[in-house]
Amino acid sequence: MTDTGLFIDGVAITLEGREILSLTRKVAPGEVLTVMGPSGAGKSTLLAYIGGVLDSVFSTTGRVFVDGVDVTALKPEDRHMGVLFQDPLLFPHMSVGGNLMFALPEAVRGRAKRAAHVAHALEGVGLAGLENRDPATLSGGQKARVALARVLVSSPRALLLDEPFSKLDADLRAQTRELVFSKARDSGLPVLLVTHDEADAEAACGDIVRIGA
Amino acid sequence: MLTRLGPILAIGLLTVPVLFGLAGTILPAFGYLPALGGTSFNLAPFQRLFAEPAIFMSALMSLAAGLVTAAFSLLTVMLFTAAWGGTRIFVRIQHLLSPLLSVPHAATAFALAFLIAPSGLIARMISPELTGWQRPPDLLIIHDPLGLSMMAGLIVKEIPFLLLVTLAALPQVKPARMRALIASMGYGRISGFVFGLWPSIYPQIRLPVFAVIAFATSVVDVAAILGPTTPAPLAVRLVNWMNDPDLSMRFLASAGAILQLGVTAAAVVIWIGLERIGARVRERLACAGRRFRRDGVLRLGALAVMLASAGAIFAGMTALALWSVAGLWQYPDVLPARFELRNWMRVLPNLMEPLATTLSVALVSTVIAVVIAILCFAREDQTARPPGRGALTVLYLPLLVPQVAFLFGLQLLFILAGMEATWTALVFAHLVFVLPYAWLSLRDPWRAFDRRYDQIAAGLGKGPVRRFFIIRLPMLARPLLAVAAIGFSVSIGLYLPTVLVGAGRLTTITTEAVALASGGNRRVIGIYAFMQMLLPAAGFAVATIVPALIFRRYRDMHV
Repeated sequence: MTDTGLFIDGVAITLEGREILSLTRKVAPGEVLTVMGPSGAGKSTLLAYIGGVLDSVFSTTGRVFVDGVDVTALKPEDRHMGVLFQDPLLFPHMSVGGNLMFALPEAVRGRAKRAAHVAHALEGVGLAGLENRDPATLSGGQKARVALARVLVSSPRALLLDEPFSKLDADLRAQTRELVFSKARDSGLPVLLVTHDEADAEAACGDIVRIGA
Repeated sequence: MLTRLGPILAIGLLTVPVLFGLAGTILPAFGYLPALGGTSFNLAPFQRLFAEPAIFMSALMSLAAGLVTAAFSLLTVMLFTAAWGGTRIFVRIQHLLSPLLSVPHAATAFALAFLIAPSGLIARMISPELTGWQRPPDLLIIHDPLGLSMMAGLIVKEIPFLLLVTLAALPQVKPARMRALIASMGYGRISGFVFGLWPSIYPQIRLPVFAVIAFATSVVDVAAILGPTTPAPLAVRLVNWMNDPDLSMRFLASAGAILQLGVTAAAVVIWIGLERIGARVRERLACAGRRFRRDGVLRLGALAVMLASAGAIFAGMTALALWSVAGLWQYPDVLPARFELRNWMRVLPNLMEPLATTLSVALVSTVIAVVIAILCFAREDQTARPPGRGALTVLYLPLLVPQVAFLFGLQLLFILAGMEATWTALVFAHLVFVLPYAWLSLRDPWRAFDRRYDQIAAGLGKGPVRRFFIIRLPMLARPLLAVAAIGFSVSIGLYLPTVLVGAGRLTTITTEAVALASGGNRRVIGIYAFMQMLLPAAGFAVATIVPALIFRRYRDMHV
């Protein structure tokens, strides 16, 4: 069982000789590790490193494993780390369904089968039948849910959440948070959440790491 | 990686033609050109050059044209931005001027000529009531010996350009907040801007200002249409020598090109001196705390000059369009007695071949330039290293070195390579000038793209090629097409590179139009100049309509 989940093994990130953060943690499938810290503490840097998109001005040591596979040297597109940002960032030139179709792995073949997958994913976030909508016409909460459906339908190995609830108003925030965590739990995805909101950390019901304090 | 090629191609395309071209100009200038029997280095070409009549008058005229054009346009833009920045009028004028940026220099010059000539639109409007003229008076308004109408023709074209580069630099200095802060200290609008904001804006637009000086000191097309003739500005005489059937004139022309290089360099050095003096005066006034609150007259003056320069081009373009369809049009009638399409029907068959060359060269050089620019920026994303000051200077190189100085040599190299007057050589020559504009105008939209879209797509398992073609390219379709339209209009307007590399055998609408200038057939000139304005406008129309149609379903893809 030690092989499953996300394993951050002795990761240290330095910028111009100054260490920004160092971390060793395991996140089991379905669990959430919350990384907290003030803005500028390097939370997003950690996510960029794990996602494989860190700017080359940073130097790094350590390794990242997903389900026992060392992904440290892999290209970002081969890591399958689903990302959610504080903005939904739906592709504005594609319909809601188009966004999900783009995310759906190629392994799912056949037009009907792919459409069924997408419909199912939208249903799962309570947005059944919105395939043909222009993302620009959705409400803020709907956009956040489409973004969630999009990342889930891509069959990621882990979820990286970069303050994904901070732009939603209080009501919507609790709701969306609940949806994201329950979906991750159901799919057995290890989740790395960075935030500066204590309520996010509490709702995550997992370990909390504080950095840059 | 393919992107590695981007910067290499860009640097090569911008430096190699300029450096080899310069070499190809310098060697014949000192008598060395084996193909024409010059096998030893000597100063004979320069002796011949300085024996040419009124050569120093020509050089002086070029020097003055560069300095006056740059100073007048820059002051106008500075005062106008100071006086009206952040107001509705400013936005209106900005919208009014930006289409003028794409009108070729030659077309602007024709527009002005058709407006201010003794038989032009203005004279017709006030005659005979105010002037008593029943016939066009014998006044030397265009081709005036002081070169004033030539400078005016350059100024009305450079004002939109300098306004655009100023607007691009403006947001970085946070104008609204700074303006409020400085106003709270009791400074007038203009003095507050000049003391507080201009010093951080000017360094960013300095290279474009130098480009204006380099262009105006060595301009050929505008000078041929509006400039003095006895003597003509230096560059005009050089091109005449270069095109002389007597090939030995090439030594003289090359020596003249070196003089041109000196004239442009002198203009830039004088300008740097003026910059110092200007900065000193500004510092002294600012340290004295002079508020200059009563700047109403200057504010109105800046607005008036701005409106006049835009108005002149629009009115002149109207005159051009009228002439192209004019039947009988007697002096001093304001409008033609009859409109007819006969002029067009007659000219159209001759127009086809230059039109085909114009369009194919513009399209191909633009596509290549945009692709190279994209590769450069993609490379920059990969290495996370933005280019330094040096790279920017390289980019401006073809715009800072007077065109004649390296195009003479480049033409020679093409002749030696057996590529003279070929379509490929013409595309290559245009690319040298289109690429800087493509790069500069793509920079901001490319950097404004939210890179998190890329991260998301990577997280969804998409590789770089698909991320580029499915996400970034469509999302940047609108700015990319706008960049292409700019490149297209630059290519359409290029005169000297086309004349020299095309060697009279490959002609474009622009070279044909300028060649007609001396003939004085207003109807035919009207048609060619109208086409010159029409083509860039068509390019911008396509760049606006196509993405609007493709993405009509998606609201966030509209502007």
